[in-house]
Amino acid sequence: MNWTIALPEIVLAVIGLAILIIGVLRKQDAVTLCTMLTIGGFVVAGMLVVGGARGAGFHGQFVADAFSVFNKVLVLIGASLAAILALDFNRKQGIERFEYPVLMLFATVGMMIMVSASNMMTLYVGLELQSLSLYVLAAFARDDLRSSEAGLKYFVLGGLASGLLLYGISLVYGFSGTMDFAQLASLLSEPTKASPGLIVGVVFVLVGLAFKVSAVPFHMWTPDVYEGAPTSVTAFFATAPKVAAMALLLRVMSTPFGHLLAAWQSLIVIVSIASMVLGAFAAIGQSNIKRLMAYSSIANMGYALAGLAVGTPDGVRGVLVYMTIYVFMTAGTFACIVAMRRQGRSVEQISDLAGLSSNDPGLAALLAIFMFSMAGIPLLAGFFGKLYVFLAAVQGGLWTLAVVGVLSSVVGAFYYIRIIKVMYFDPPAVAFDRRAPSLSFVAAATGLFTLLFFLYPAPVVDAANVAAQVLFR
Amino acid sequence: MNAGNILGFPLLSLITWLPLVGAAIILSIRGDEETVASNARWTALWTSLIVLIVSLLIWVRFDRADAGFQFVESVAWLPEYKVGYKMGVDGISVLFVLLSTVLTPICILASWESIQTKVREYMIAFLILETMMVGMFCALDFIVFYMFFEAVLIPMYLIIGVWGGPRRVYAAVKFFLFTLTGSVLMLLALLAMWLHAGTTDIPTLMHTQFPAAMQTWLFLAFFASFAVKVPMWPVHTWLPDAHVEAPTAGSVILAGVLLKMGAYGFIRFSIPMLPLASHYFAPFVFTLSVVAVIYTSLVALAQEDMKKLIAYSSVAHMGVVTIGLFTFNEQGIQGGLFMMLSHGVVSAALFLIVGVIYDRIHSREIARYGGLADRMPGYALAFMLFGMASVGLPGTAGFVGEFYVILGALQVNFWLAMLGGAGMILGAVYTLYLYRRVVFGKIVRDDLRHIADLSPREWAVFAPLIVLTLWMGIYPSSFTGFWDASVAAMVKQHTAALLESTKLAGVLH
Repeated sequence: MNWTIALPEIVLAVIGLAILIIGVLRKQDAVTLCTMLTIGGFVVAGMLVVGGARGAGFHGQFVADAFSVFNKVLVLIGASLAAILALDFNRKQGIERFEYPVLMLFATVGMMIMVSASNMMTLYVGLELQSLSLYVLAAFARDDLRSSEAGLKYFVLGGLASGLLLYGISLVYGFSGTMDFAQLASLLSEPTKASPGLIVGVVFVLVGLAFKVSAVPFHMWTPDVYEGAPTSVTAFFATAPKVAAMALLLRVMSTPFGHLLAAWQSLIVIVSIASMVLGAFAAIGQSNIKRLMAYSSIANMGYALAGLAVGTPDGVRGVLVYMTIYVFMTAGTFACIVAMRRQGRSVEQISDLAGLSSNDPGLAALLAIFMFSMAGIPLLAGFFGKLYVFLAAVQGGLWTLAVVGVLSSVVGAFYYIRIIKVMYFDPPAVAFDRRAPSLSFVAAATGLFTLLFFLYPAPVVDAANVAAQVLFR
Repeated sequence: MNAGNILGFPLLSLITWLPLVGAAIILSIRGDEETVASNARWTALWTSLIVLIVSLLIWVRFDRADAGFQFVESVAWLPEYKVGYKMGVDGISVLFVLLSTVLTPICILASWESIQTKVREYMIAFLILETMMVGMFCALDFIVFYMFFEAVLIPMYLIIGVWGGPRRVYAAVKFFLFTLTGSVLMLLALLAMWLHAGTTDIPTLMHTQFPAAMQTWLFLAFFASFAVKVPMWPVHTWLPDAHVEAPTAGSVILAGVLLKMGAYGFIRFSIPMLPLASHYFAPFVFTLSVVAVIYTSLVALAQEDMKKLIAYSSVAHMGVVTIGLFTFNEQGIQGGLFMMLSHGVVSAALFLIVGVIYDRIHSREIARYGGLADRMPGYALAFMLFGMASVGLPGTAGFVGEFYVILGALQVNFWLAMLGGAGMILGAVYTLYLYRRVVFGKIVRDDLRHIADLSPREWAVFAPLIVLTLWMGIYPSSFTGFWDASVAAMVKQHTAALLESTKLAGVLH
């Protein structure tokens, strides 16, 4: 039992417990300290992830490989950015409690376990640790009706999805006799031998995970939860958990069920197309920017799934590059949304952005960069995400997917440039309050990444390539 | 890693990225609004002038006998995927690089007084636009080309939307979405070619033979993108809106350079890389072009708005260009190229001409004017020169291109030449009609009685364009000399590819 494989998770969990104690003992000023400690914990965990041992541990239930390293680093970056965003927002919103960073931390531990899972049981444990923490976070503004509603809705629907996932896992176990990914892979190396019951199990697993990445038709919770949850929480939801769930989906579909590609490919294609199209069209009518971002994330998951649908290392590479860029763009966008505050009150209508280019040219320029990037306009990072995904789709001969994908990206561009229109073309509204330095930092850092990614994309692409190869060995 | 070029110096990258340096300097200007505006103007003007001077080195050092790419520079970018940052110009692209660098300082000068709000952002947008335009014409890697090609949308969208007229939002969004729709389909074609050839190097792709069936699909995908950009009938509807709403300088760049991007795409990608499909679709392109020439000329005749009239005339002229390019013979292609160049100068000048009186009276309505010759003789002279060039009067830039295109078209089909040539007649009708209504007649309106003639700044704007218009008309070989070799090589290769396929078909039967 090689427990050092899970050292980053263990360390992070211990830090979490320590922070919990510190938070209880220190009466005043605990939140900033706890948040700082949490971010410190993320950094330590990140270093342990990158420098730590590789291999399988816990009787093959837990692996640390290039794939898990790539995604864990991404999860930790996303979680750190979200934690920074929460610092200022929660204080001004009056929901400044030290449990917040702790819950984030445990959710992140759950995500890291998900990413490293190589057994259905580990998968489920990680997923639940993540989900339960997130349910609480969604309802964190407990005096706010919308936040409570979001938490409850997320909990009920998430519980349903977990049930479906568990049912799928039990079917897979029942029809194959194992929950181990490697054994499943070798068992299914003759796809014809797979019994229909097992295929049904795979479909249930897929449904459960599709819920977590909010792919159509399991997306219903997303707009309500995104809108209702405090913006800092939404920023977290939109970044790290998406990466973890997508990584989990990639691993499960590629490693144990990789040989069943013929069985699940068309499902993923349909889910992907539906997500892209619905995400693009449904966002047009939104007036709340958090709801719009919810539909945007649905569409983004559709693009990412297009890479998975190919079922090749190139496809997985495309997804990983896409998710990397997605995390930075989304964190930056939410930094801008968090900065939308007028006379101390948080505002979230798109019309509130009117004339931002006159009141705050810096913020407007950053948000414009993120929006153009999300629309996939080149030189900006978002284009490269789409490039690699569609490259894989074309390579895999999935032409319908590719054509629908690029056309729905044009529809998507419509609502992204509408935000730019509001900021740049409309007459100015009342200016926003001064934004906190922490927000400026996140927005500027992610903005620079988005803007300058094109100069030197090789490190990310190469790392994604190495990570993707692991799943197909 | 860095392969230099004959100067041992990355000249093309310099002129591509230098404007961004200027933009960064403008961004760092501090002070009150007036100072910022004034400094931004001067910085932008000097940056673009330096770029222009540096780009003239290309004019001097370009070897006209060489049909290949020159000033080539290449840096590994995504080596694993055989994508490189590669720049270079051949006879076909070199003059468009120069066109872009000539028009940018003119645009900045033309916006000197007419843009008073957000001057800093305006100048930055124009410098970014220059980077994208120059980069696009220099790119020798398909991915790099695509990035510049589409990135043009960002500054142009903002220029139309922020500094445009009353319906600017509609026009900007329409422009953006029309162009983007075409581009994304081209992206798919680009990916397919990348996977087939294993590289995105443009010179290599030009010598890669794609299977006939694949060519058809690739051609259609390219066509979606380039036809919107040219624009060809019936996807031209974004152009009049964009032109009418854009600020003067925006229209100048739109007509002068952005429309050329579509035609450049045809001649750089569709025709050399997909010879069979180009041949197959040529009648289709001819049909659309002829419709464009006749239909939009007639539409232009009925316009009340000067900018809209010139916008429709642009569609007609670009129709003649596409006829020329798809004749696949030297005269036709040379004519198409010359026409692109002359249209770049002349239509840009015509938009500036409209801009001059718009700045004074704030109306573009034709009926609002009349009798300007009386008060603005210099203006009337300049207007006449560019009007005649637009019509295609011998001795001006417009004539050479149209003449060559008709010559080329005659070798393909008499009726094609006949109908394409009808554009010249219709062009004369609407241009002279416009000129008569605006410049001649009696002054009726009071405010026109005191209208000032061209200021020295405006003369500085028009002078280079007047020189170019006459130079291109009187001594065209200093321009055609650049692309003679490249066009000859291209036509030869095209004919060879067609012969090859017929031979192959012969063997199979």
